[in-house]
Amino acid sequence: MAVTSKRETYLESILKMGYTRRDFMKFATYMAAYMGLENSAVGQIAHALEKTPRLPVIWEHYQECTCCSESFIRSDHPIVADIILDKISLDYTETLMAAAGEQAEAAKHDTMKKYHGEYILCVEGSIPLGDDGNYCCIAGKTAIEQFKEAAEGAKAIIAWGSCASNGCVQSAKPNPTDATPIHKLVSDKPLIRVPGCPPIGEVMAGVIVHVVAFGRLPELDGAKRPKAFYAKRVHDSCYRRAYYDAGLFVESFDDENAKKGYCLYKVGCKGPMTYNACGTIKWNNGVSFPIQSGHGCFGCSEDNFWDNGPIYERLTAVPGFGIEHTADSIGKAVTGAIAVGIGAHAIASTIKSKLKKSEN
Amino acid sequence: MAERIVVDPVTRIEGHLRIEAEVKDGKIVDAWSSSTMVRGLENVVKGRDPRDVWAFVQRTCGVCTTAHALTSVRAVEDALRIVIPPNADLVRNIMAAALYMHDHVVHFYHLHALDWVDVVSALKADPNQTSKLAQSISSWPKSSPGYFSDIQKRLTRFVESGQLGIFANGYWGHPQMKLPPEANLMAVAHYLEALEWQKEIVKVHTIFGGKNPHPNYLVGGMACAISEDHIGGLNAERLAYVGRLLEEGKQFVEQVYVPDLLAIASFYKDWGAIGKGFGNYMSYGEFPVNGYNGKEFKYQQGVILNRDLSKVYDVNHRNEDIQEFINNSWYNYSDGDDKGKHPWKGETNIKYSGPKPPYKHLNINEKYSFIKTPRWRGKPMEVGPLARILVNYARGDKETQEQVNAVLSYLDVPIDAMFSTLGRTAARALCAKQAAGWGIEFYNRLMENIKNGDTRMASSEMRDPDKWPKEAKGVGFMEAPRGALAHWIVIKDKKVANYQQVVPSTWNASPRDPKGQRSAYESTLLDTPVADEKLPLEIIRTIHSFDPCIACSVHLYDEHGKHITGVNTVSVCTV
Repeated sequence: MAVTSKRETYLESILKMGYTRRDFMKFATYMAAYMGLENSAVGQIAHALEKTPRLPVIWEHYQECTCCSESFIRSDHPIVADIILDKISLDYTETLMAAAGEQAEAAKHDTMKKYHGEYILCVEGSIPLGDDGNYCCIAGKTAIEQFKEAAEGAKAIIAWGSCASNGCVQSAKPNPTDATPIHKLVSDKPLIRVPGCPPIGEVMAGVIVHVVAFGRLPELDGAKRPKAFYAKRVHDSCYRRAYYDAGLFVESFDDENAKKGYCLYKVGCKGPMTYNACGTIKWNNGVSFPIQSGHGCFGCSEDNFWDNGPIYERLTAVPGFGIEHTADSIGKAVTGAIAVGIGAHAIASTIKSKLKKSEN
Repeated sequence: MAERIVVDPVTRIEGHLRIEAEVKDGKIVDAWSSSTMVRGLENVVKGRDPRDVWAFVQRTCGVCTTAHALTSVRAVEDALRIVIPPNADLVRNIMAAALYMHDHVVHFYHLHALDWVDVVSALKADPNQTSKLAQSISSWPKSSPGYFSDIQKRLTRFVESGQLGIFANGYWGHPQMKLPPEANLMAVAHYLEALEWQKEIVKVHTIFGGKNPHPNYLVGGMACAISEDHIGGLNAERLAYVGRLLEEGKQFVEQVYVPDLLAIASFYKDWGAIGKGFGNYMSYGEFPVNGYNGKEFKYQQGVILNRDLSKVYDVNHRNEDIQEFINNSWYNYSDGDDKGKHPWKGETNIKYSGPKPPYKHLNINEKYSFIKTPRWRGKPMEVGPLARILVNYARGDKETQEQVNAVLSYLDVPIDAMFSTLGRTAARALCAKQAAGWGIEFYNRLMENIKNGDTRMASSEMRDPDKWPKEAKGVGFMEAPRGALAHWIVIKDKKVANYQQVVPSTWNASPRDPKGQRSAYESTLLDTPVADEKLPLEIIRTIHSFDPCIACSVHLYDEHGKHITGVNTVSVCTV
């Protein structure tokens, strides 16, 4: 059976579903905006979607809490839910699929065979290597075996969330099960890491749409993260940044300064060392993000973030200040190197603003 | 000889669950429930700052995403004798109410419905008749023939495309699928609507906690300062937003979820006699009316034994009533595997001794799960929506009694039908409905407090570790959507010395105890008819009626890979 030729394109499927071409263009515009692309890319995305057939996806679950799947279904742009759930062909996901047991495994193996070399493998969860992999078994096989089988015929691999990208909470010290992120277990496949606990739903949708639209992964940084969403620090897009620059800080939760919405750096905010899109895209269709709701960022998209010091302790070693750096230009080295960082800058700012006040 | 069938993975749950069941003459004669994944979170939090622990253990489960965070901050506040401001209790209640609504709706439509609803049959429905059916049970506006016709067209094209995605290999056309095509089409439409809706109700968490899944909590209160004058805080715009979300959530629950539940249940009344189990029920209580340290809760705590609703026993988390056993779990205890341990003295020394993968069957005569086996005074307990509805019913709560009686009379079934797969599923809808109403009640009280000038949201007094006692013990509980959840903490020298989670699915999904008593999953599967041994539809109907959430774990290793005794933990959470 010529399966590929039977698969309809996105535009065809959307028109069939009763949407208009205008809806389709609107969707392409949304996605361009979320991916940080120029307006000129809208036509390109629309064109690609028009010509692209549905993409089979296998979504594996290993050591995880399912927050990534939950975040994915929160993606809020009307047409995205329809496209992503209907228009990629989500042939295996333990969270949502109708079939169970043997029927579920059969559906996965059908796709692995029929679309060998064509399907995208999404991974939610880390893989335990401890005790020969016995700490996570599915259908009587270890997670590592399941992963190897599914990865073999995959066109590309998406490591969803911090579990698959950096091991997350189960790999925090002492990492009892030797929980291991995906990129350490495969080297011969295109792979993208989408860290965060969980990643923002619209970011997940954006990555998927990019892959289906262009048939390749989006532009990645040195850490294999999509540049569009992970190039900037939360600190650099934070609406409370002005208070940081002015040296105005919350001293303890619910104090007067908290009510005024001052900077949360002193109560532990890790925004200055965290690369993510929370300050720009925000959460749940832009409703808020942790800092806006009064709690510091605790850096959930960074490697080893659970072991990066107590959550409510202020950063003592942060990358440089003021300038809009990208992840690659600062790099990991700086995280540990510039100790003066915030403290010095904050003090300088405070003095400056005090001077100003006294002048007035 | 009975044949032992295997369901692994059990899908549409959280976590990794395996069921093995022996079927004889078309009925299940024995069953074994096993979790095959462990992470060891309780070991990870050992030695950390108690104020941070909520964030670690919140990651036990991303589906009931606030439950473990709330339970953890309650445990730490209990240990350190912190009383939080009334507004923080109200915000936590509002968030819990939103969680109940979200969780129960998503469970019903996206995790459970495909056991009862035949998606392929919906293709044969008459949209006009579907419209009539929908309008006869609810005033929900999306009910025109054109609406259902569009949904049907969309579904037809989906099926014709040949790529069935998440619907591939489902149990379509199974003799146990009893709904007429029109009811199937209505349910498919609402499956899609619920998927849209669920993204909205969680915004309550986003406003108070910054994101969902995994909103932020805080030991001592909540971090979302109230501020009428600043954009950064909870101001009038933010609070009005919450009010609207709660109203819309309530509408969906009352006009879509509850009517659908009743309509679908009326075709499956035989399931009022299937999945009965041993008949012991336990609820910890939830939605504190005057603060968590007060006595009054919307859902009252209590234990019911042997389906006897005339007597309710009190729950005590601090004495030896609650113990965990590991005689059939992949752990060791330092003083022998046949004893029970109260969680404050719990140990979790992981020791996998199951078959070497790949395997076809577990060794059911030996240890067979990563889940420990908790008992109340030595007895197995079923926890979850049915337990809390029954406890409130037996305690004489008028609102609960009226709602239960209304459902029974609508379905024309006796109270005994509540002790079943059907009853468990119906109780969940009642919980969503009650929580929807209470959420608005707590919201109005929050607004009243602010109007009266009380804007306190967190107590910072005991956040300073220098003020803590050298050693402290605490327990926090929550009646999570899936049932009785508690965390026990021991704090020494400002650090976590022991942390234990006993979660709803630990109670329900655990293996047999030393007396050979089955826990809820294993017990409720007995006598279930199985039409086709190759298709596990009847098994997953009952297992899903518990809404399993199985991401759990345990065990202790030190950094050199040696087993440590004397500390530890376990948990199971399940979707």
